[in-house]
Amino acid sequence: MKSLDDLKKIRDAAQRKVTMRDKQDGIRILVGMATCGISAGARPVMNKFVEEITNRDIKNVTVTPVGCIGECSIEPIVEVLEGDNRTTYCRVDEDVAQRILDEHILGGKVVKDNIIGKFRV
Amino acid sequence: MNELSLHILDICQNSISANASLIEIKIQEIIDANTYTIEISDDGHGMNAKTLSQVSDPFFTTRTTRKVGLGISLFKMACELTGGTFSITSKETIGTSIKAIFKHDHVDRAPLGDIEETLTVLLMNEAGIDIRYVHTYNHQTYYFDSREVKQILGDVPITDYNVILWIKNNIKEGLLSIQKEEKNEVSR
Ligand SMILES: Nc1ncnc2c1ncn2[C@@H]1O[C@H](COP(=O)(O)OP(=O)(O)O)[C@@H](O)[C@H]1O
Ligand code: FES
Ligand SMILES: [Mg+2]
Repeated sequence: MKSLDDLKKIRDAAQRKVTMRDKQDGIRILVGMATCGISAGARPVMNKFVEEITNRDIKNVTVTPVGCIGECSIEPIVEVLEGDNRTTYCRVDEDVAQRILDEHILGGKVVKDNIIGKFRV
Repeated sequence: MNELSLHILDICQNSISANASLIEIKIQEIIDANTYTIEISDDGHGMNAKTLSQVSDPFFTTRTTRKVGLGISLFKMACELTGGTFSITSKETIGTSIKAIFKHDHVDRAPLGDIEETLTVLLMNEAGIDIRYVHTYNHQTYYFDSREVKQILGDVPITDYNVILWIKNNIKEGLLSIQKEEKNEVSR
């Protein structure tokens, strides 16, 4: 591992930030990362969320990989948790991930095209 | 799964499910020997002899509800498709180790792909596992160790997004530089 000095700078900057990251208040994004999710493209979806949140410095949103949360045939599955509210999305790709961020997380409107009810038989 | 790093992600999810705290991923590319070896070891709860003998069996035909089969048999199949050899050992309460030796130049050997994404996804898991990743390309070696990163970070979580980006870059550049150094050495 090289350039550990850069890491120290990132650490110092993070310590200066006084953001209260209270998990209770924030929005949580869960990405199903079991075998079928991975096969269907869950990793680039997770990556998309992480990059957008970092580059746009979006606050109070955490992204976490989880195990199996759904049905193999409609993976990748993404869940958005806000307080007691849970929205389950399926067949999520990078474009849908972008929409979930812009329209749902930032805009407050569920992306109807990909909610699970539409796909479950 | 068309990237070795996707298989690695899936195999490491097993380690997390087995409550591992440290996963060691060793990749060794030896061009002269035409081998691409991936070794994944964990300190999770391991498997008993019966489970172990079952996971080694290619039993993906027994499932109809799943089109992709089980993770370990998929990885094994990918390895054997290149004429490689696959082995798995496990001891209850001690841990599990998987070793896949691919034929490096075989057309069916998938590329490694975005290993930095695999490693950061694993680090973002709430289980908070540690990862040691060692990648050797002929004579050059790169390594990443989350324990060293955490030591520098102190009370800043490794899941901080800017830290995650740093880790990704470090791995990407580290792997490129061992390829470059090896080329320089050969042409010298
Ligand atoms: N690292 C490990 N430690 C302990 N048990 C494991 C490990 N890897 C696999 N197993 C066991 O083997 C089984 C099959 O694994 P896998 O082929 O990945 O399918 P799945 O994860 O869908 O069950 C697991 O359910 C688990 O019981
Ligand atoms: S393992 Fe297939 S959907 Fe969870
Ligand atoms: Mg598995």
